[in-house]
Amino acid sequence: MLTGAQIALESLIREGVDTIFGYPGGANLWLYRYLPEYPQLRHVLVRHEQGGAHAADGYARSKRGSVGVVFATSGPGALNLVTGLATAYMDSVPVVAITGQVPTTAIGTDSFQESDVIGSTMSVVKHSYLITRAEDIAPTIKEAFHVARTGRPGPVLIDFPKDLQAAVTAFNYPEAPVRRRSYPAPPQPDPAKLRRIAHLIEGAKRPVILAGRGVLIAQAEQELLELAHRAHIPVGWTLLGTGAFPVTDPMALQMVGFMGAGYTNKAVCDADLLIMIGMRCDDRVTTRLDSFAPRVEHLVHIDIDPAEIGKNVVPHVSVVADARVALRELNRIVEPKREHQWLTQIDQWKEEHPVRFTNHTGLLQPQEVLEEMYARCEDEAIVLADVGQNQIWAALWFNYRKPGLFLNSGGTGTMGYAFPASMGVKLANPGRTVFCVTGEGGFVMNMQEMATMVENNIDVNVVILNNSSLGMVRQFQDDFYEGVRSAVDLTYTPDFLKLGEAFGMKALSTDRREDVGRLLDEAMAHKGPVLLNFTIDPGANVYPIVPLGMGMLDFVEAG
Amino acid sequence: MSQSRLLSVLVDNKPGVLQRVASMIRRRGFNIDSLSVGPTDDDTVSRMTITVHVGRQQAEQATKQLAKLVDVITIDDITGLRNVAHELVLIRMHAPPGERTELLNLVDIFRGRVVDVAPSSVIVEVTGSSEKIDNFIELMRPYGIKELARSGVVALVRGDQARIRLIDFAVGGEDESEGPRAADAAGDTTGTV
Repeated sequence: MLTGAQIALESLIREGVDTIFGYPGGANLWLYRYLPEYPQLRHVLVRHEQGGAHAADGYARSKRGSVGVVFATSGPGALNLVTGLATAYMDSVPVVAITGQVPTTAIGTDSFQESDVIGSTMSVVKHSYLITRAEDIAPTIKEAFHVARTGRPGPVLIDFPKDLQAAVTAFNYPEAPVRRRSYPAPPQPDPAKLRRIAHLIEGAKRPVILAGRGVLIAQAEQELLELAHRAHIPVGWTLLGTGAFPVTDPMALQMVGFMGAGYTNKAVCDADLLIMIGMRCDDRVTTRLDSFAPRVEHLVHIDIDPAEIGKNVVPHVSVVADARVALRELNRIVEPKREHQWLTQIDQWKEEHPVRFTNHTGLLQPQEVLEEMYARCEDEAIVLADVGQNQIWAALWFNYRKPGLFLNSGGTGTMGYAFPASMGVKLANPGRTVFCVTGEGGFVMNMQEMATMVENNIDVNVVILNNSSLGMVRQFQDDFYEGVRSAVDLTYTPDFLKLGEAFGMKALSTDRREDVGRLLDEAMAHKGPVLLNFTIDPGANVYPIVPLGMGMLDFVEAG
Repeated sequence: MSQSRLLSVLVDNKPGVLQRVASMIRRRGFNIDSLSVGPTDDDTVSRMTITVHVGRQQAEQATKQLAKLVDVITIDDITGLRNVAHELVLIRMHAPPGERTELLNLVDIFRGRVVDVAPSSVIVEVTGSSEKIDNFIELMRPYGIKELARSGVVALVRGDQARIRLIDFAVGGEDESEGPRAADAAGDTTGTV
């Protein structure tokens, strides 16, 4: 006989959990009472529940196949998870959040720190459970992990009343695999449709593949590479698909869409066959919808989620399946093909529209910092980016010769994501270098996690591209909102050297090009977290960019 | 083109499932005309009958999004099928003694019945299609409606007809002959920041 809290912790161990990010409070204290009895569960005390949710997200994204776990107490603790859950939901990240709830007898009485967590999080989780009986604890946790990690992954929340954490009952972890009539396994790809796609590839003169995060979730990078090489199909990617295909590969295009490379947009707009794999085709990809792939004769969409098929763009051929399974089957039947004219055309566009930056001011440019950083990544480091200009720069300058991990909050665009998420990434990948690229605005949003970083000596190199403003918003105001700058000045940002010192975190700072490499080397040599403040040109902008309301080919390039 | 679509949804009979379904439909910008829910012969399963006012493309999207909910077992779009789709209405009519005969004749014509009699009012009950209920209410109006309660539509398909199941969207179906086009969006999808 065990308490509910013990049963929950035992169940987590059965699910392969080794790390929990969390914050205690009145309604989850029984969990914390028993936590020290399970040393195989490493608990990381974050300094804000949002940081915990992002850290669990980073853990799961970077250790594929795993599920990130976060604990929070009832009421404010649980509500602080909402942004983190939404981030994980939009980007299909398997996270299980276990929130304390007031005792079952007190639910609905507006008792202290009570809130309707199930109701508040309903639209940002894949599924959620309120445990109402002690005997349901183990089966619920088992099912929650199953739902989080299978199909299109996503966050699952378990609301766990305090009295049930203390209730004593028998512990029997369900042996049998989870089966729910209302939650079928993803279908196998339809062979007839795959044959049709193979046939379309054979007949295509200007084929293009676009890869999304679904390729990374399915770990289908090798299969994608094989298809691209087998049939000579150029591959572009979405922001969240960055890293799914080697950037320096001869078949590589670049990021597509709103802030994608000009040559990728040109290729997509000229393609006669467009194959979209594991992507949602959202407005950041299509720009103005009627400008997206106007010459395409056959649009193919492969995704594990049937609801993504036809949501924004209606394909001619759709396959609902795991990207890896579909690509593996496709590689078996696609005839090898050599393409010259189309690839030559694309090479010409690459020359005409390179992703580049200019330095008119002599001030430190963000891309100069990123070039130095990527030169030290050796295709192995895991790179996170926050949200805003730093995100797009980091994505466009990502330069791996093989697939790699580039993580960011692409869907929800959560500022403040990268720094706490990088804790999870490093703990999940202790042997790998981790760079967290962020702006001074996003960093400050969750900077309390410096305490967690230092306490646990989590070795992350935090690269702050500091332009003393909310750069992306400032750029939008300058270019699309009649040039009126409003509420974007961040001159009153803390002195990061002193801030680092206050938290006991090593901090380095420069605004000089010639110091960048040395500082990065020093940070990497340091065994522990380092804050790197790079004061960059405050006028640096993201290019290319498609002006709001314009089409894919209306991109503006660096002048 | 926007039209009413009739969805018949089997769900696990669990707490919160009604909120999940309603919340999803609202969040995706679809309008519910009517929703009714009740247990089936299997007490672990409830049936929801939902009338949504959407275009064809949106109906497919609504269906797929509903099917994704972990509590949803099956979902049938039974709009085009021969079906029985009925509502029930209870109306408390102003009916003092001496003014009841004409009223009760009308109730008879609609195959309704009187289910409660009080000194100055009666409750009448009528079932049938939403149109029939609408017509009945209009006829009752001049006599003085005191209170009214409608159930929303419940529906079953007649006979053994093929149903449009999610699986048809997922793996089957013919390729569309037209070129790629924007899906009918619930809201404006362009130029957002």
